[in-house]
Amino acid sequence: MTTAEKYVTAAYCVVFGLVLLYVVIIALKLRRLEREVDALTARPEPAQEDEREPVQVG
Amino acid sequence: MARISLPALAAASFALITTALALVFFVAPTDADQGFSQRIFYFHVSIAFTAYACFIGGAWKALLHLWKREPRADLESYVAVHQGVIFGCLVLLTGSIWAKISWGHWWLWSENQLVLFLVLFLFYCAYFMLRYSLDDGPQRANMCAVYALFGVILIPVSFLAIRLATRFIHPVVFTRHGPNFHGWILVTYCVSQVALLTLAYTLYRVELAGKRLDLRLRELKRAYA
Repeated sequence: MTTAEKYVTAAYCVVFGLVLLYVVIIALKLRRLEREVDALTARPEPAQEDEREPVQVG
Repeated sequence: MARISLPALAAASFALITTALALVFFVAPTDADQGFSQRIFYFHVSIAFTAYACFIGGAWKALLHLWKREPRADLESYVAVHQGVIFGCLVLLTGSIWAKISWGHWWLWSENQLVLFLVLFLFYCAYFMLRYSLDDGPQRANMCAVYALFGVILIPVSFLAIRLATRFIHPVVFTRHGPNFHGWILVTYCVSQVALLTLAYTLYRVELAGKRLDLRLRELKRAYA
């Protein structure tokens, strides 16, 4: 392998290495976020406070 | 283009990048002047134009935020600028590797075109310092939009610096009469350019989906607090 070939290979490896690193980071973050959203949506709805005055019926 | 699904975009990016690499290494002829090292340029130049496109996209979204008050424009502008910075970083790295082969130096401070691109890159890096130093809200969105719009002025300066420089040691790929190459070199460059623009758009969509999910999560946490 000549010096030029080594540098060209290094340049393309840097490009794809960085893009791959970015994709891995984003994928991990997305997975974590989806897990957290699923955990929250699976919980019961927060109870709404009833602001009406209680009245006697009947 | 917003209707194209993410898996389809990712598959298109993969296919285009693979085709571009095959053309770069197996089809495009070796340059008589620069030799094998010229093969860096297919991606280096394409990445540079992709970075410019991301910054212009970010500025356009910033303008939409300021002008039409589009609710999603601020986040879209931020993601586009982030993509631009990533591609800008790749331009500097691939350019430095090429400079080491051709000039024998990783970086030359005497070359205005290199320094101007670095200024553009650092300007957009500072965008994140501004964004994260302010509290979330309309004020932050407005200030970031104005900053992203100012940055776009640097793009023609950076682009023209390569042509206006007195010492032409940085190769000029596009002249007033069109591209400085033809045949398979032109085909390879065009495929690489389309491949990198598609890749950037795919990454933009992925990051945007992540940011929207993050916002939804914050809203849910507030509702359950």
